[in-house]
Amino acid sequence: MGVLTDNLPLFLGGFRTTVLLFAVAAVASLVFGTILAMLRVSPVPILRGLGTLYVTVVRNTPLTLVFLFFIFAYPLLEIVKLSYFTGAVVALSVYTSAFVCEVVRSGINTVPVGQAEAARALGLNFGQILGSVVLPQAIRAVAPPMMSTLIALLKNSTIAAGFSVAEAGAIRQVLSEKGENQLLALIWVAVGFILLVMVLTLVQRALEKRWSRAR
Amino acid sequence: MTASTTAPPMIRMASVQKHFGPLHVLKDIDLEVPKGQVVVVLGPSGSGKSTLCRAINRLEPVDSGVIEVDGRPIPQEGRELARLRAEVGMVFQSFNLFAHKTILENVMLAPVKVRRQPAAEVRKSALELLERVGITNQADKYPAQLSGGQQQRAAIARALAMRPKVMLFDEPTSALDPEMVQEVLDVMTGLAADGMTMLVVTHEMGFARKAASRVVFMSEGEIVEDSTPEAFFTAPKSTRAKDFLGKILTH
Repeated sequence: MGVLTDNLPLFLGGFRTTVLLFAVAAVASLVFGTILAMLRVSPVPILRGLGTLYVTVVRNTPLTLVFLFFIFAYPLLEIVKLSYFTGAVVALSVYTSAFVCEVVRSGINTVPVGQAEAARALGLNFGQILGSVVLPQAIRAVAPPMMSTLIALLKNSTIAAGFSVAEAGAIRQVLSEKGENQLLALIWVAVGFILLVMVLTLVQRALEKRWSRAR
Repeated sequence: MTASTTAPPMIRMASVQKHFGPLHVLKDIDLEVPKGQVVVVLGPSGSGKSTLCRAINRLEPVDSGVIEVDGRPIPQEGRELARLRAEVGMVFQSFNLFAHKTILENVMLAPVKVRRQPAAEVRKSALELLERVGITNQADKYPAQLSGGQQQRAAIARALAMRPKVMLFDEPTSALDPEMVQEVLDVMTGLAADGMTMLVVTHEMGFARKAASRVVFMSEGEIVEDSTPEAFFTAPKSTRAKDFLGKILTH
């Protein structure tokens, strides 16, 4: 307990950065991943191709490599300067949205054809059909795998510690330099992550319960 | 028939052809449905009657031929087609109510999204429609909580909410338990009595007898007979229609 209580500001600061990193990357991945999924089910072949290309490239690239790209290679392009934190957000979002895309797309495939057909018969356009009829049902159908993707994002965020972002994954290193017990330090970091994941699991359960009738 | 010479028919199909791969599902279809008529399409399964119904609002694109609704040819996929579909009500065999929306929200969706009518106004007329089909007390439930008959009546109300010029029914009672067929047919009979132009694909001979202005009999992608219900049921001309009626009416 000493390791935790003696270094509480360090732990709180680390986890605050983790939560912030996670929250921003999660929103960005959900939005961008859903747009990618819409591309992948679009009737326009070029858009479909773009979506498929993105998923194929990004999903098959190790996350560390994506980080290396945005922290070390991207600055050479001299477009917009990214701080380490922003670079980490971008790397995590780019990577996770490929997975979100596939989860959303599998959800879209579970929605019966008749739903979109009824919407077309009422005069809704493609965007309205996706936005009002298909996507809401698709998201409801994939709450568990979507939450798994977000949990993976939360844990993946610790890679940012290797790229000068002082999130929870960096706590051990600081404590090691202070001569603290590293085993205890790591256990407390793990406990922190377990608590955060439990929150996400509770959110998932609440959503599943709420949506059980309406699908 | 002097009226039909001045006003265009609500639905006109001329020389319509449609293939599914090697299968010729619509063979040179000519059909007119004048305003206010109720046309019932009968025929064995696989005769192309559902395809014919779905071709009218282009849920099923055809290979060639003319299809007009209220004097206008149906457009290609896009904004114009959406506008046409908004004026053509459709009721499906499997109801296809939006599963994540309540019954009231189902009825309100299209008028709000497509017609951009104010929600309060739409809500009022939606409740009136639900009353008309007899399910006001189900307004806040989700489709899965309703019986098949109630779901299909809700689907009819949803289609009517767009104030369509014509209603298409694609086997509206085929997925229902027998005890629920009548409540749906009653709603349809009421609509017919109110003067709605309807094209109904069905196996319900009772409804055809009672509510149809005309019976169209299809077999193997062709329109084989087109006559009054009286003439069709008492004196079918073709052997195929006689066979069909023989099979249906003996059990």
